[in-house]
Amino acid sequence: MKRRTLLATTAAAAALPSAGFAQAKTKIVWWHAMSAALGEEVNRIAREFNASQGEVEVEAVFKGTYPETLTAAIAAWRAGQAPHLVQMFEVGTGSMLAAGPAVKQVWQLSQETGIEFDPKAYLAGVRGYYSLSDGRLASMPFNSSTSVMWYNKDAFEKAGLDPEKPPVTWNDVIAACRALKAKAATPTPMGSAWPIWIQFEQFAAMHDLVYATKSNGFEGLDTELKVNTPPFLKQMQRLLDMSKEGLFKYAGRDNAADAIFPSGEVAIGFNSSAARAAVARDAKFRWGEALLPIDPEINAKPLNSIIGGASLWTMTTPSRTPAEYKATAQFLKFISQPDNDAVWHQHTGYVPVTLAGYELSKQQGYYAKTVGADLPIQQLTRGEVTANSRGFRLGRMAELRNIFSEELEKALQGQQGAQAALDATVARGNRVLREFEKATKG
Amino acid sequence: MERRTIFAGWALPAAFVLPQLLLTIFFFLWPAGEAIYGSLTRQDAFGIKTQFVGFENFVDLFTDPLYVESAGRTVLFCAAVSFLSMGVALLLAVFADREIAGRGFYRTMLIWPYAVAPAVAAVVWLLLLHPQIGMIAHGLKAVGVDWDYKINGGQALLVVVLASAWKQVSYNFIFFLAGLQSIPRSVIEAARMDGARGWRRFRTILFPLLAPTTFFLLVVNLVYSAFDTFGTIQALTQGGPGKSTETLMVKVYRDGLVNQDLGGSSAQSVVLMLGIVALTVLQFRFVGRRNSS
Repeated sequence: MKRRTLLATTAAAAALPSAGFAQAKTKIVWWHAMSAALGEEVNRIAREFNASQGEVEVEAVFKGTYPETLTAAIAAWRAGQAPHLVQMFEVGTGSMLAAGPAVKQVWQLSQETGIEFDPKAYLAGVRGYYSLSDGRLASMPFNSSTSVMWYNKDAFEKAGLDPEKPPVTWNDVIAACRALKAKAATPTPMGSAWPIWIQFEQFAAMHDLVYATKSNGFEGLDTELKVNTPPFLKQMQRLLDMSKEGLFKYAGRDNAADAIFPSGEVAIGFNSSAARAAVARDAKFRWGEALLPIDPEINAKPLNSIIGGASLWTMTTPSRTPAEYKATAQFLKFISQPDNDAVWHQHTGYVPVTLAGYELSKQQGYYAKTVGADLPIQQLTRGEVTANSRGFRLGRMAELRNIFSEELEKALQGQQGAQAALDATVARGNRVLREFEKATKG
Repeated sequence: MERRTIFAGWALPAAFVLPQLLLTIFFFLWPAGEAIYGSLTRQDAFGIKTQFVGFENFVDLFTDPLYVESAGRTVLFCAAVSFLSMGVALLLAVFADREIAGRGFYRTMLIWPYAVAPAVAAVVWLLLLHPQIGMIAHGLKAVGVDWDYKINGGQALLVVVLASAWKQVSYNFIFFLAGLQSIPRSVIEAARMDGARGWRRFRTILFPLLAPTTFFLLVVNLVYSAFDTFGTIQALTQGGPGKSTETLMVKVYRDGLVNQDLGGSSAQSVVLMLGIVALTVLQFRFVGRRNSS
């Protein structure tokens, strides 16, 4: 691998002086939201692509967080200055699909440029999230992860639990937490990053529960939230009870709780599978990765979990030429090649988005070396995808998550009960969905 | 006394006024106009479909109990920040307005926090009060306080009030100190000879004579706490937990930039704009009357 990068860099350096003469080079601007080490990876991809051919040059530009990138892309499109490609987080998918003329979906791009993209090349869980209900690909899968359960093996041992046997069901989790608490193995037994994504959205997908009507919004804008049904109530009550008993510590929305597992604050930490690099770097104890727990009383045969992360959207401007769209398609083709996909996966901890990238990583012996790294993929590909486990296509979904978080926070403070929190989430969320429907239908 | 300058033509005066006029047009009138227009429409995020909806956004706003709650919270927040920062600043100013060794040094020190950017100030407080890593938080836990502002709304509000007020103390301090120093010494001397001691002298002489400064600062602090504390709150709590620290300004940001509800967010901006106009009129009236009398 090293040698390849080295060669690529040399090639890039050699290509530099001639760049002045190559008038015909088409320039592609790619806005992304990957900072630090991930940003370096993005730059590497752009560099390698530029070195791999002589016609197209990709410029990767960091635009801030996901929401900031979304805002920047919208403002730029309104001004006729949209980038060729923008990286958009998965919850922005509904909004982007409603963006009509602002974007060129992958199948359109393929039709216009003649560069083929086979939707079947991608993992089902990934493909489902970013395609239309008839299977055509809307945006290009890029960085995808799913959520897993990280656990502290040292703490498990201290509490008299088998460090090689992570809890499988929620009852196991509670029992383990009680043991951990009794021995004070960590300050708090359990914590969770991305509480709504992991504890409710993933929970719904894996247990085949209706989160929102119309197949979670895939079948129409007139979708309604259904998260106040008994299974969700059970999950909410469980979290509230665990919090009251001192077994679960709420540590903020989104990625605010990223640090509590690697720092040893909790022994069971739910987070994205892409947290692997950070856990490996920061944890001063033996750790393990496990599947998300299930509740067999709700559904004994769990389905696939869903993805998080982002995809790449092709954007339009009035002055964009067919050559630029073609160049964009060439670049998208490049990143979905199995070897590029596998490198990205192994460098970052995101899952490979193509089946071939997964197979290649297997052949290279990556999973034998890095135990547990294929666990997220197994979880993503478990069972048959149903209307409830395909993903979410809800407008203004970031706001829906915020509303859910607020009501959860109020419940954790004891200001309202579990049912009231879920009812309020449904009522407020549906208002947002109706607003989005009205604004989009026009 | 005639102080007006008479220009011969209109070109020169126009040229003098033009830069300021352009600034006002581009940085105030234009955006404000856009906000007013936006508040009367419903549009999707990309502005592809824009419908004129009249005052629907405003009706939605004022019938939304969450907005009314947020407004109430903002009033409480502004009052707490203004009272705290002005109170502390006044106390410090009264003590700094004395003949003591090294006062130049600590006067300077007291003014320093004003140069700190809101987000940086927030990070400092974050490091002190963070439930897991904060020094003060550890201290509080050691004495048995269940400190976790990430899930306790009251504590979260306290944190943002403290951080916001701390930031403004220096500014208030400068004005109070200047106000105190402009009070004629003879008045204070006379009060002293009449036998008025510390607190009494402050209550009957100093504080009334400071009234213009206090009023000016009150308006400035209210505006500061309503509009300039966004960075602090965003960095500390993002408006949470629940909605415990969501002021109107945080809500405008949230609805407009995060939730992409441009119509609703514009309507909120227009309401805030009216608020600030009212405060400005109040101040001009008061200050104007004093100057003419």
